Parts: sequence; structure tokens; C-alpha cells
Amino acid sequence: MTSEIIIQAIVTGLMMGLIYALIAAGLSLIFGLMEIVNFAHGEHLMLSMFSSFWLWSLFGLDPLFSIPITILLLAFCGIVTHYFLIRYILKAKMLIQICATFGLSIFIRSIAQLLWTPDFRNVDKPLLEGRIEIGSVFIGQPQLYASLVCLVAFFGLYWFVTKTETGLALQATAQDRHAAEILGIPSNKMFAIGWAIGLGCVGVAGGMMANYFFIFTDVGINFALFAFVAVALGGFGSIIGCLYAGIIIGLVESLGGLLIDPSFKLLYVFAIYLLVVIYKPQGLFGRY
Amino acid sequence: MKILTVENLSKSFGGIHANRDICFDVEEGSILGVIGPNGAGKSTLFDLITGFTKPDTGKVKFFDKNIFGISPDKISNLGVGRTFQKLKPFADQTLLENVMIGAFVKEKDIKRARDRALEIIDFVDLIEKRHHFAKELSTGQRKRLEMARAMAIDPKLLLMDEVTGGVDQKTIPGLVELVKKLKKTGVTIITIEHNINIIMEISDNVLALDQGKRIAFGEPKEIQNNKQVIDAYLGTFDAA
Repeated sequence: MTSEIIIQAIVTGLMMGLIYALIAAGLSLIFGLMEIVNFAHGEHLMLSMFSSFWLWSLFGLDPLFSIPITILLLAFCGIVTHYFLIRYILKAKMLIQICATFGLSIFIRSIAQLLWTPDFRNVDKPLLEGRIEIGSVFIGQPQLYASLVCLVAFFGLYWFVTKTETGLALQATAQDRHAAEILGIPSNKMFAIGWAIGLGCVGVAGGMMANYFFIFTDVGINFALFAFVAVALGGFGSIIGCLYAGIIIGLVESLGGLLIDPSFKLLYVFAIYLLVVIYKPQGLFGRY
Repeated sequence: MKILTVENLSKSFGGIHANRDICFDVEEGSILGVIGPNGAGKSTLFDLITGFTKPDTGKVKFFDKNIFGISPDKISNLGVGRTFQKLKPFADQTLLENVMIGAFVKEKDIKRARDRALEIIDFVDLIEKRHHFAKELSTGQRKRLEMARAMAIDPKLLLMDEVTGGVDQKTIPGLVELVKKLKKTGVTIITIEHNINIIMEISDNVLALDQGKRIAFGEPKEIQNNKQVIDAYLGTFDAA
């Protein structure tokens, strides 16, 4: 095995890792804010990919240009999810909360299958095509741009949460809802904003992945599983933890597949998850 | 002028009457001390006034506005601040960020909110700790943090739940002085306090509760000599 192949695997792993990181950041933000796990996160990713697909198929809008629309649609979807489901289960027992978001995932996937059938689709001839060659390493342009856009979105999210008034209010609400409320911060509005941003992240990732990934109703399942692992590894509620965790998962998946056996790629990722749960359950940067 | 008027305020949890027909009012610029044994309904009264618990019956008027049953964030926006008996600092954020979050209520510009937060942190004598995370502060410093954060919303009325509770004896005088300093800024204060000597020292009026009921209301000297209060809670006073 040559070093070029290993470098190729590292680059591929890094690119996938950045996408996992952004998806996980959305999940982590929602959990950090109201301690609810969105089990429909994968289905929301699927919706964002279908949004890009249909905007391309019906209106000829390339996924690169439909990204803002996809983000807005997903953010709206987040607000609707909060006001029509989540706010009713905020004070419910954890089991009820799990059933609610898990039920939502089944509901969204079933509706998608009914409307769009389980067929695989793809965007034909997107603007981002082809690959670039650096030395002996080949990098697919759609994958490269997707990972870069996710990285920029990630740091945008981090800046927003740590440096803006709304971001500080989100952090305050996440840490102590009552203390935030007495400072004039409406927690219900903050939760809605959290859902909008969380699903907006998925909108970015899904919109960019629509350039090169097959789009089908079950597409989100594996991504959501990886996002759960990333959130656990990075630490529940920690956004920066998601970046490190996403990259670690991307690298383990890619290098594990190369160095051991590609058919066990999922196994390596979940082995990490088990190790985290056993030895550092609060994750790398977790508060819980 | 009356800043707060509470009329016949009641709240029950199942068969337990946490507050029963509570009536009192607070003059603008004064300090009202609230006393009573454990379980008398003092913190519940704060929860009812600040909207964390919905009253069963009664009226709560802030100036002329009825704030009965309004959400805490809306009550806060009207100018009612609060600190908690069980401290609630934003532990993973710095002292400066904690106070800035409060300052954003009145000041949307980040730089001006930061300047305002720094002024208030200086007022509570914690300026050197401004970049420390709240979780790194001592209990006494966290009490000051909570006061600073509550002041940041520029309250007309500030409810303080056991300012000197849980701190060592050396820290208490500094906190009492801070409350007096706060009063001089013109803010009206309602404070729950277990230390009777402090209540008698700082309060203009005292409200005594027992088993959810008002048993006395008046100037500290009257309360000091009220037989019901003595029976329920006070015992004997220090000569001081």
C-alpha cells in the first residue's frame, strides 16, 4: 500500500468528516438547548436533499444556487416542528420525547415514500462536477466544495452562537431557562430559533450533498447515525466538539475501510461510539 | 408612589396552600423585607410575582399594569428583576457574558451592552473577575454576579431571594453594603432574608409570612414587637 493511497483516504475522510460535523452541530444545538434528541434528523436531511432535487428538477435551479432556499425551507420546517410538536412535549418524560421525534422520523419518511416513491434519484450534470488532481491525490469537486461550504457554515454557526446577542441568549437558555427568562429572554422563541438553526445546518449539508449523492427516502438514516455518534463523541451540547468528532469519524470510516476491510466501515465508527460511552460518556467537550 | 400592589394572591399545590390571600404594597424606592420560617411561602410569592408560577387568584399590579399570569420574560421587560435562592449563573460563560446577556434587554448594540455590563460589574466590585467563568467564582461572588445580571436589565423593582444565604460570615457585610448601595440608585427592592438583624437594618417595611399567610406587615420596629411574628418565627432579637 502506497502513501498516496493513505493520503487519498485521509483527504476523503476529512471531507466527509466536515459534512458529518455540520449535521451533528445541528443535532447538538437542539439537544443542548432543550435536551431533546431529534431522531428525525436524518429525515430532515433527506428533505433538504429532496428540496434541492425538486428545485433542480422542476425549475432547473442548480443545487449550488438553491442552497439559500433549501436552508430557509428547512429552517421553516424546524419552526413548524417546534410549534406543532416539540413545545407540547418539553416537560414530558424522556420516553415520550423519544417516541415523539422517532414517530416524526417515521411520519416524514412514510410521507416521502408515498409522495416520491423509494426510487433513487440524482441531479444530472450539476455545476459542480469533475475532480481536481493534486499530485497523485484526486479530489472530487462536489465533495471538496461541499466540505468547504460545511466548514464555513460551521464557523458561521460558531460565531453566531458565541458572538451575537441571539447566540448568547441561546446559550443562556440552554444553561438555565428560568435564569434566562428573568432577563427578558423568551425561551419558547429561543427554542424555535434553535430548531430553525439546527435544521438550517442540515439544509446546508443536504443541499451540497445533492450535487453528488443519490437522493432517496432512506438516505438520511446512516448520516443521522453518524451524527449521533459525533454528538456523543464531541459531547452533548458542544458545537465545537462536533467538529473534532465529525473529522475523527470521517477519518476512521475512511482509513478503517482502507486499512482493514471496507465492508466493516460502520463497525469502526460504532466501535468508537461504544468506547466513548464506556470510558468518557460526557464526550470530548460535553457538559452532560 | 406604589410600585407594586399585591391583592388577595393565592396559590395551592394540591391540598397545600403555598400562599393564601396575600396583600401588601411597596413604595417606590423602598426596601421591603420578607421573613418567615421555612415553608412559609416566601419563594413561592416571588415565583407568583415574577410569573414563574401562575397564581390561582388575586391581583399583582406593577405600577398600574396588571401583571397577573404574564410570562417571566414579559414581566422582566417591564422592569422587574430577580435573583434566585438557588443560584443560577450561566456557569459556562464568563462573568462579563452573564451580565451582557441581561444588558441586551435595554441595549442591542454589542459594544454598548458590553460597556454597560462593565459598569455594572464595577459597581458590584467584581471588575477583576470579569473574564472568569461563572463556575470559577465563589458563592459570594456568584451572589454579586446574580445581582449584577439582574441590574443589567435596568429594573425598577428587584426581587432578591436570600442575598446572604449560604455565604460565610466575612462575606455578609459586603453583600449588605451592596444592597444599600443598590437602594441608593433608586431601585425598589423586595428581599427575602433569614438573617433578622439584616432585615431590620436594611428594610423600610417588613412582610411576615407563616404557612402561606400574611401574619404581619409594617415597619421593622412594629414587626419586631408583633406577638404573632415572635410566636411563628422570630423568638428573641439580638440587642443590636
